[in-house]
Amino acid sequence: MSFQLIINLIIAVIWMFLNNAWTVSGLVSGYVIGLGILFLLRNFFPSRFYFIGVMAILKLIVIFLKELILSSFEVMGQIMQPKLNIQPGIFAMDIELKQEWEVTVLSCLITLTPGTLVVNVSPDNKTLYIHAMHLPDVEKAKRDIKNTFEKAIQGVSR
Amino acid sequence: MSVNEISGLIVGVIVFLGSVLSLISAIGLVRLPDIYTRSHAATKSATLSVLCILFGLFLFFTVIKGYVSARILLGIVFVFITAPVGGHLISRAAYHSGVSLWESSIQDELNGKKDKHHTSS
Repeated sequence: MSFQLIINLIIAVIWMFLNNAWTVSGLVSGYVIGLGILFLLRNFFPSRFYFIGVMAILKLIVIFLKELILSSFEVMGQIMQPKLNIQPGIFAMDIELKQEWEVTVLSCLITLTPGTLVVNVSPDNKTLYIHAMHLPDVEKAKRDIKNTFEKAIQGVSR
Repeated sequence: MSVNEISGLIVGVIVFLGSVLSLISAIGLVRLPDIYTRSHAATKSATLSVLCILFGLFLFFTVIKGYVSARILLGIVFVFITAPVGGHLISRAAYHSGVSLWESSIQDELNGKKDKHHTSS
C-alpha cells in the first residue's frame, strides 16, 4: 500500500515538473492522473489497488459519524425522560477480527458510540464484554455492531 | 444577508447545538443510577458536543476570519482518541474493584470471569 502511494506521489511530482506548475492544484491534478495510471496497472502489483483501502477507511468514518449522531439522540432521549426507563446490562460478544490494531479500533469505536461501552477484553482477544445502557434485545445489539463496525473494519484490513 | 452573516448564523447554530448536548450529558451524569451508565453520559454525549463546538469554531475561523486552523482539527482527533480509552479504563477499574451494577440491570455475562482476568492481567 505504501509502495503504491509513493509511486503515486512521484507521478504527481513528475507531472508538476512537466507542467512547471508548482501549485496545490498542479499537485492534485498530478495525483489524480497518477491514480488513473495506477488503476490501469493494478494487476501488476502484488497487493491490491491501494485506493480501495482508502475508500474503505472513508466508509468506516462515515458509518461511525452516522452511528454517533443516531445513538447520541437515542441516549439523550432516554436521559430526558421524566422517569428513567432503561435496562442496562453487560453482554459478551465474540469477534472475528484477528490483528491487535483491529480489536483496538473496534473497541474504540464501540466505546465512542453512545449507549455502548467496552468494559473488558478477554486475554485471547476473542471476546469483548460490552456494557449497554439500554438492552431490550441482546441479539439485535450484537447484530448491529457486527453489521456496521466489524464489517467496515474487515473491509479496511482485507 | 451577506455570506458572512449566513455563515455566522450556521456557526452559531452548530455551537449552540454542541452546548445543548453538553448540558444534556451533564443532566444525565446527575440522573443516571450507577457508574457504568454515568460514564455513558459523561464520555459519549460529551464527545459529540466537543465535536460540534470545535467544528463550529473551525468554520468560524475558516469562513469569517479567513484563517485555516489545523490545530482545532487536531484537537478533535485527540479528543476522539483519548475519550474512549479513558471511559474504558474507568469502567474496567470500577468492575475489577467490585463496583456492582445497578439493581435493575438485566444481565451480566462478565460475572464469574472477572477473577481469572484479574490475576492474569
